[in-house]
Amino acid sequence: MDILNAIVTLLNFVIIPATAYGAQLALGALGVTLIYGILRFSNFAHGDTMAFGTMVVILCTWGLQGMGMDGIGPLPTALLALPVGIAVTGLLVVGTDRAVYRFYRAKKAKPVIYVIASLGVMFIMNGIVRFIIGVDDQRFADGERFIISARTFRDMTGLEEGLAFRTSQGITIVVAVIAVALLFWFLNRTRTGKSMRAFSDNEDLALLSGINPERVVMITWLIVAALATTAGTLYGLDKSFKAFTYFQLLLPIFAAAIVGGLGNPVGAILGGFLIAFSEVGVTYAFRKVVEYLAPGDWQPEGLLQLLSTDYKFAVSFAILLIVLLFRPTGIMKGKSV
Amino acid sequence: MSDTSNPYQNDRGNKDWSIAKQGGGTLTATPGTKHAMNTSQAFLIGDTMTGGYGTGPDILHACTIAVNPGEIAVIVGPNGAGKSTAMKAVFGMLNVREGSVRLDGEDITDLSPQARVAKGMGFVPQTNNIFASMTVEENLEMGAFIRRDDIRTTMEQVYELFPILKDKRYQPAGELSGGQRQQVAVGRALMTQPKVLMLDEPTAGVSPIVMDELFDRIIEVSRTGIPILMVEQNARQALEIADRGYVLVQGRNAHTGTGKELLADEQVRRSFLGG
Repeated sequence: MDILNAIVTLLNFVIIPATAYGAQLALGALGVTLIYGILRFSNFAHGDTMAFGTMVVILCTWGLQGMGMDGIGPLPTALLALPVGIAVTGLLVVGTDRAVYRFYRAKKAKPVIYVIASLGVMFIMNGIVRFIIGVDDQRFADGERFIISARTFRDMTGLEEGLAFRTSQGITIVVAVIAVALLFWFLNRTRTGKSMRAFSDNEDLALLSGINPERVVMITWLIVAALATTAGTLYGLDKSFKAFTYFQLLLPIFAAAIVGGLGNPVGAILGGFLIAFSEVGVTYAFRKVVEYLAPGDWQPEGLLQLLSTDYKFAVSFAILLIVLLFRPTGIMKGKSV
Repeated sequence: MSDTSNPYQNDRGNKDWSIAKQGGGTLTATPGTKHAMNTSQAFLIGDTMTGGYGTGPDILHACTIAVNPGEIAVIVGPNGAGKSTAMKAVFGMLNVREGSVRLDGEDITDLSPQARVAKGMGFVPQTNNIFASMTVEENLEMGAFIRRDDIRTTMEQVYELFPILKDKRYQPAGELSGGQRQQVAVGRALMTQPKVLMLDEPTAGVSPIVMDELFDRIIEVSRTGIPILMVEQNARQALEIADRGYVLVQGRNAHTGTGKELLADEQVRRSFLGG
């Protein structure tokens, strides 16, 4: 029995990656949930908004790298490009709102019409991103690669197993915590944030209280652009950027938002981590962990992997189905879909 | 006598039967309402409003509703009489095709409800009148959203009127009881420091004890000088506290008078108050 090595293995392959992935999903789901809370529709273009934002960040990063930058100290250059990405994405989504969604708002269209409109927006954004940056994998990470590399960890502790903690994972967690703290401060403490919550809670009464709906909608889009770009950039730094992957991220992000309770920000964060841990946990081969924990030299015969990683989307789907069947309002009592 | 009883018999009079009535000689209004309206001086008045929702049929027919400072005006009437509709017409939530709405002498018929709030009208809808997921204090803050000055003194005044809200200020308003929610709703409307307060069935769905308390609170609000216009199901109790009562039937003014007059009126009692 070797509990220490088992814990290190679990940390290295499940807990740390899932936490980083969960943070990325949570930021994405926050965007979806905000749109649902304020504009009352499921924004299918969210994945591609993330892709667009990340694309701008990548182009900007390449520009900076071309000027001879190689990370801000140990941190990746992309962090410097992030505000630019957020600003450009903000312009894009506010422009989209003016061009597309405002028309339907004036008509007081049904939510399903918005959803289909957002599907159209999704295809257009999809096309723009592919047209500009292409369909291939793009790498843009620079700076220090590891906070702790597996070898350093082994040398330090003398354990058999290594523990790698990548810079991108560290940054993801730190940035996500800051972003979420800022968002919650904004929603709960500022006048504008409170007016957004009021609008989400009771639109008619918000109107009677003199809250300007167009302003609330615009601020929502700007926040969503910031969240989406941040989430996309962090995901790109952690893995790599590929337009199609971001489109696929839509499923786990929606699963996270719905599981947490649509329209509920706390729920979106919980949902993000729940989906991430389930996905990583179900697709990880636990053989090594069990080997360390089992008495003597006993070894399990199989890999102890519930699902191959190719099927990771099935996990989101399954969780989504179970939640919709048994608790349609989600964990945190959001709006039912 | 006999020569005036039938003007067609001789050359006296102008031969108009409607003027020279039987037993005539004196002219009286026909039939007269027996009470003065003084509508031109009313602080808030929906004057001879005719209109309905959207392009639909007219629900109100020359309906007049008015309230003056320091007064409580109550609109009562049977179900479907257009009580809430009359209130909403005054607040600009439906199409008024004839007549006008005036606040302090200013014609506000063409203003949107939001613009009317900015003009100093506070409106408490019948349902969904609070932000359920927000705390009591945040509800009050949102009520004062259009104000840019310091709202703390107003909030203290609201807490003075509704002490229970001060105890529960950090609780989500949706977790409060029905009567407390109504207090939050009224408090929210008071946060704009309105010149007139409009309540749409404030006691709908609360227990009789809570209803009495709410009526007491409404009287207290009225004592601060704010004119109150409200729609009520509980006609008898509402008329007891009313300075002016309007009985509507099918979108028309059926009876108008002080609360006491209406309570004493045989016909009103028989038709609306159950004897």
